[in-house]
Amino acid sequence: MLSRKSSSFELILAVIGGLVLLFILAPLFQMFFSSDFNSLLKTAGSAEVQKSIWMTIWISILGTFLFSFFAIPFSYMLARKDFPLKRLVCGIIDIPVVIPHSAAGIALLGILSEESAFGSFLNKIGISFVDTEAGIMVAMIFVSLPFLINSAKAGFESVPLSLEKTAYTLGASPGKVFFTVSLPIAWRSILSGFVMMWARGLSEFGAVVIIAYHPTVTSVLIYERFTAYGLKYAQPVAVIFIIVCLIVFILFRLLSGKNITAYRGFKN
Amino acid sequence: MGKLKLTNISKKLGVFKLEDISFSLETGDYFVILGKSGSGKSVLLEIISGLITPDKGRVYLNEKDITAKKIQKRNLGLVFQNHSLFPHLSVKSNILYPLRARKKMNADTGKKLETLCRTLGILNLLNLKPGTLSLGESQRVALARTLITSPECILLDEPLSSLDIQTKAEIKTLLRKINKDSDSVKSEPQTVLHVTHDYEEAISLANKIGVIENGSISQIGTPEEVFRHPGTEFVANFAGIKNFFRGKAAETENGISVFTPYMNNIPANISFYISGNYRNEEDGNLIIKGENITIANELYATSARNTFKGKITDIENVKSGIEVTVKTNGLLLSSLITKESLNNLNLSFDKTVYISFKANAAKFIK
Repeated sequence: MLSRKSSSFELILAVIGGLVLLFILAPLFQMFFSSDFNSLLKTAGSAEVQKSIWMTIWISILGTFLFSFFAIPFSYMLARKDFPLKRLVCGIIDIPVVIPHSAAGIALLGILSEESAFGSFLNKIGISFVDTEAGIMVAMIFVSLPFLINSAKAGFESVPLSLEKTAYTLGASPGKVFFTVSLPIAWRSILSGFVMMWARGLSEFGAVVIIAYHPTVTSVLIYERFTAYGLKYAQPVAVIFIIVCLIVFILFRLLSGKNITAYRGFKN
Repeated sequence: MGKLKLTNISKKLGVFKLEDISFSLETGDYFVILGKSGSGKSVLLEIISGLITPDKGRVYLNEKDITAKKIQKRNLGLVFQNHSLFPHLSVKSNILYPLRARKKMNADTGKKLETLCRTLGILNLLNLKPGTLSLGESQRVALARTLITSPECILLDEPLSSLDIQTKAEIKTLLRKINKDSDSVKSEPQTVLHVTHDYEEAISLANKIGVIENGSISQIGTPEEVFRHPGTEFVANFAGIKNFFRGKAAETENGISVFTPYMNNIPANISFYISGNYRNEEDGNLIIKGENITIANELYATSARNTFKGKITDIENVKSGIEVTVKTNGLLLSSLITKESLNNLNLSFDKTVYISFKANAAKFIK
């Protein structure tokens, strides 16, 4: 009786899970199968599309890589140290995820455009973020940084404190403990956060389109083609971009050796 | 050298506190701190190793004050209860970690590693990852990692608590070997500070015991002193065993051996039958709980293998009844009886009585 009950309950769970998967996959399959192969080939050969996809990928990876030099030590501090207003600091880190991304773009534009004192200062020393690759990178980092920080923080928290204490008693300096014990053990979580941050930055539209319409990242290119020419012209770009992203995503997944979508530690 | 001294160490951590802890270890001492979990044993080890700074008091190593010295600069080895092997490093890299951290790798390192690993029986494990080791193997590797730096004193936090009986016995033998330096681990006896909640470990290994109770040391002494003459009620309840004898077990027949206690380091003129096979003469400690010793006014036939005639030298009211001490062949044995038995048997000072206990009521601890 019990097993029958549990099996019908499991069936309900499986149906619910199936519906969720269908919700994710149905639009994607529809898009893939309704695309004309010749137009996909033609789009893939377009210099504008190639340039946009390549630029989107390298800017998002470089942004994530550069930011990781700040995010990883900061995550370690959040995981290991107690300080006043720590909860507030953790809350601030999650802000980019909970605000509308177009609003994030407006906020960034406000501080980086020439109209602000900071933007005007940057302009004077030859740095401009409006309509430049640097601006795109900043927008991508801004909206995706919680993914890396929270995942790395969870990774560091999972390193048993006794291992770090042991390393200290064995003669290691705090820096050595970090690089030889904490970082290698938390590495998988950090890599997982790195991929999630990169994937989130790669797909960003709202914040990027406000700070830099040009040069055109792929999400903006898809939007531009859709508004100018309609669904038929936007679809092949979207399909090619998704394929490229999936390939890179799977490569990272193989590299990390575990389910990189298991994003831990994010709190709303 | 390996002299460790603590004076008036105090530390408050939330609701928990350590108060006025003072003791000293001479080179080659095996000092066991015995206390219940939560009594502050582990915190004390972390204070000595430098992971926690005390609020008050000083720590001296070889007569030098190391209280303010950096953890990395103290030549002490702490082995945690869970062994804390680095999971991402091989056994070999784990053992060499302290030398790499201190930049002390040199031409002799390979030889030292081999000698140490041979002594600890882990030479075949060097290329394995810690996750594949048994608990006993992990403990040996953790000890090797600590010993490779030749620490002045090793600090062991419940080193036997998670091991099965067989492995426990093996590690105990190894710890004795490390302490006595009977096999080239170190060129001189190794000072050991070991904390545990298990009094049998203390009896088995220590030459000195400190009992910790509610954050304070309530008694320090040799195992005999602590167990025979508990300083406080806590010690008495926790580990108080009046019938505690050092001696030698030998002559096995049908699972029964003979134990001869020492009096002033020479065999006494009395022997006990005890359970267990000890074909080779083995030194150890015998404990007999007072409630397992019966008293009678006359000699009568009994299944108990040990019966002795003696005189009552003391009758004392204790929490769990009446403790009657009987002197027989120069040895004192204490029996725990009820008040009714005391009255029924009409026991009094200097009265001649017969005391007896079964062979399996005596516990021999190596």
